[in-house]
Amino acid sequence: MPAPIIELRHVNKSFGPIDVLHDISLKVDAGEVLCLLGDNGAGKSTLIKTLSGVHKPTSGIVLMDGKEVTFANPREASEMGVATVHQFGGTFPLMSVGRCFFVGREPTKKWGPLRIYDRATANEIAVKSIQGFGITRIDDGDRLVGGMSGGERQSLAIARAVHFGARLLILDEPTAALGVKQASHVLRIVLEARKRGLAVIFITHQVTHAMAVGDHFAVLIRGALAANFLKGEKTREEITDLMAGGESLANLDAEVQDVMDAEGSRASPVA
Amino acid sequence: MSDTLHRTGAPPATRSARSFSFGALARRPEAGSFLGMVIVFIFFAIAGGANFVTLGGTASWLNVAAEIGIVALPVGLLMIAGELDISIGSVIPAASMTVAIISGYFGLPLILGVAAALALGLLVGFVNGILVIRTGVPSLIVTLGSLFAVAGLTLGLSVIITGSTGVPIQTGPIGKALLGQFIAGIFQVTILWWLVAIVVVGFLLHISRWGNWIFALGGDKVSARNEGIPIDRLIIQLFMSSGFAAAFIGISQAILYNSAQVSTGQSFIFNSIISVVIGGVLLTGGFGSVVGIVFGTITFAIVNQGIFYTGFDANWASLIIGVLLLLAVLLNNTFRKMALNYSPKKGKS
Ligand SMILES: Nc1ncnc2c1ncn2[C@@H]1O[C@H](COP(=O)(O)OP(=O)(O)OP(=O)(O)O)[C@@H](O)[C@H]1O
Ligand SMILES: [Mg+2]
Repeated sequence: MPAPIIELRHVNKSFGPIDVLHDISLKVDAGEVLCLLGDNGAGKSTLIKTLSGVHKPTSGIVLMDGKEVTFANPREASEMGVATVHQFGGTFPLMSVGRCFFVGREPTKKWGPLRIYDRATANEIAVKSIQGFGITRIDDGDRLVGGMSGGERQSLAIARAVHFGARLLILDEPTAALGVKQASHVLRIVLEARKRGLAVIFITHQVTHAMAVGDHFAVLIRGALAANFLKGEKTREEITDLMAGGESLANLDAEVQDVMDAEGSRASPVA
Repeated sequence: MSDTLHRTGAPPATRSARSFSFGALARRPEAGSFLGMVIVFIFFAIAGGANFVTLGGTASWLNVAAEIGIVALPVGLLMIAGELDISIGSVIPAASMTVAIISGYFGLPLILGVAAALALGLLVGFVNGILVIRTGVPSLIVTLGSLFAVAGLTLGLSVIITGSTGVPIQTGPIGKALLGQFIAGIFQVTILWWLVAIVVVGFLLHISRWGNWIFALGGDKVSARNEGIPIDRLIIQLFMSSGFAAAFIGISQAILYNSAQVSTGQSFIFNSIISVVIGGVLLTGGFGSVVGIVFGTITFAIVNQGIFYTGFDANWASLIIGVLLLLAVLLNNTFRKMALNYSPKKGKS
C-alpha cells in the first residue's frame, strides 16, 4: 500500500488567542474522495487553508507521499500538486476563459525579440480541458468567464487544477449556490477527477452531495475531529446529526411543527 | 507529474478563421468609447464649423490629448488593477520645478535635471506602492496624502532654494527638439511620445503575460495572490509607472513653456481619470483596454477644445463633460453586459 497522498498528524491551528483546529489527524489516498463535513464555523475552510499554503499550522505536521512538507505560500503548495478551489473565489468574471485558465502560468511564445502571451494556445488548451470534463458548451476561449454558469465556472477551476498536474484537489463548497443540475455536473467532475487518480477533499453542507461522491467522511465539530468513517459505516440520519454539530435532529420535525403551529394561530386566514 | 497526460494528445484543432463581425466588435471594452468619440467628433464638426476640422483645429485637441494621454495610460493600468493614483497632480509640477531648478536656476546640464525629475516621479510612485501594500489603506487615500505632501514639499523647497514659486528655464536645441517643439508649427512633439507610450503600454497590457496579471489583480486580488501572481511587486511597478509618466509631462511642460510653476497639474487628476473611465475601464478594476483609454482621452480633448470653435460660452464645456461621463459609463456598462452574456451558437447546448 503506497503512502497516502496527504496526511495530517496532530495539526493545531490558532489565530492569536482563538483556537480554531484541535489535534486533527487525517489522511487521503490517491483515487479517494474525503468529504469534510461540519457546521458553519467548525473550521473546515481553515483546515484546507493549512493544506494549501494559506495558513501554517501552529503545531503538528503535514506529509505528502509520506514525506513531511511545509508550504511557505499557496504557490509552493500548488507546485507540489495541491490545487485548491477556495470558497467564494478562484475565477475572474471579466477575464476570458483562456486567460483565466492560465492565470499566473501564462503560456508564452517568441515574437521577434520579445516573449508574448500565447492566446491561441491558451484558448485551445483551456477549451479542450474543460470539454474533457464534459462541459462541451464552452467552445470559445475568448468568452468571458462571468458569462458562464456557476457550475461551469467551478468546472473551469477543477479542469485547470487537473491540467496543471494536481495530485490533491481541494474543493471548498463547490456545490453551494448551485441548482440541482449544475451541482450534479460538479459532482460528476469530482468523480472524474477521482477516476484519474487524484486525491480529493470535498467540503459540503449537503448530505446528498457528500453521500454521492464520498469514500471517506470526516466531521469537524468546533475544530475537533468528531468522527472519521468510511462509506457505508453510518446511515444518512447519523451523518446529518453529525453535520449539525452532534445534536440530534430527531426532534427537529416536532420543533418545526410547533413553530409552524404558533405562526398559524397568529396569522390571518387570508393567504 | 501527471499533467503530461493531458498536455499531449490530439494535435491542435484548427480554429475556424476569425471572421469579421459587428457582434465581436461590440463586445470589446472599447466599443462604447469608440461610439462616444465618433458622436462627439461629429457634434463639434457641425457645431464648431469649418475651423474645427482644419489642421489647426485638429492640432488643438491632439496636443491636449497627448499630454493627458501620457498620464492616462498608466492611470488606466492602475485602475484596471483596482487602484487609483491622484498624486500625479503634484508630481507634474514637482518634476517641472525639479528640472527648472537644476537646469535653469543652477544652469546644470539638462540631462541632469531630466534624470532627477524622472527619478523623483519613480520615487513618489515607489513610496505610494509601498504604502498601499504595507498599510492596506485604499490607494485613493494614500495618494491623496502624497498629493498634498509632494505639493507642500515642492512649494517649500522652491521658495527656500529660489525665493520664488516660478522658475524660468532655457533649453538648447536638443532638449527643445525632443520635448518642447511644435511640428509644422502647431503639433506638439509630445504627440509622438504619446504614440510611443500607446504602443508600449498596449504591448504590456494585451500582449505580454504581465498584462494578464494586471487583469487578474483587478478582478480578484485574493485569488490572484493564491494563483501565485507577485501582486506586491506588480502594484509597486504600476505606481512607479504613473509617477514616471507624470514626471515626464512635468518635464515636457517646463521645456515647452520655458518655465515651471509650483501650481500646475491639478487638472490632470480629474482629466486623466475621466478619460480612462470614458474609455471603458471599470472603476473597480478588472476590465478595460488601451485602445479604449486612447478613445476616451481623445473624446475628452475634443470636448475640452471643441467648445472654443462653437459659439457657446466655454463654461459649458464642463457641463458637456459631466453629462458625457455619465453617458459613457452607462454605455460601457451596457456593452460589458453584452460581452458577459455572449455565448456562441445559442441553439446548441
Ligand atoms: N484569519 C482568522 N483569524 C481569526 N479567526 C479566524 C480566521 N479565520 C477563521 N477564523 C475563525 O475560525 C472559525 C472557523 O472558520 P472556518 O472559515 O474555517 O469555518 P468553516 O467550517 O469553513 O465554516 P463555513 O461552513 O461557514 O464555511 C470561525 O470561528 C472563524 O471566525
Ligand atoms: Mg468555509
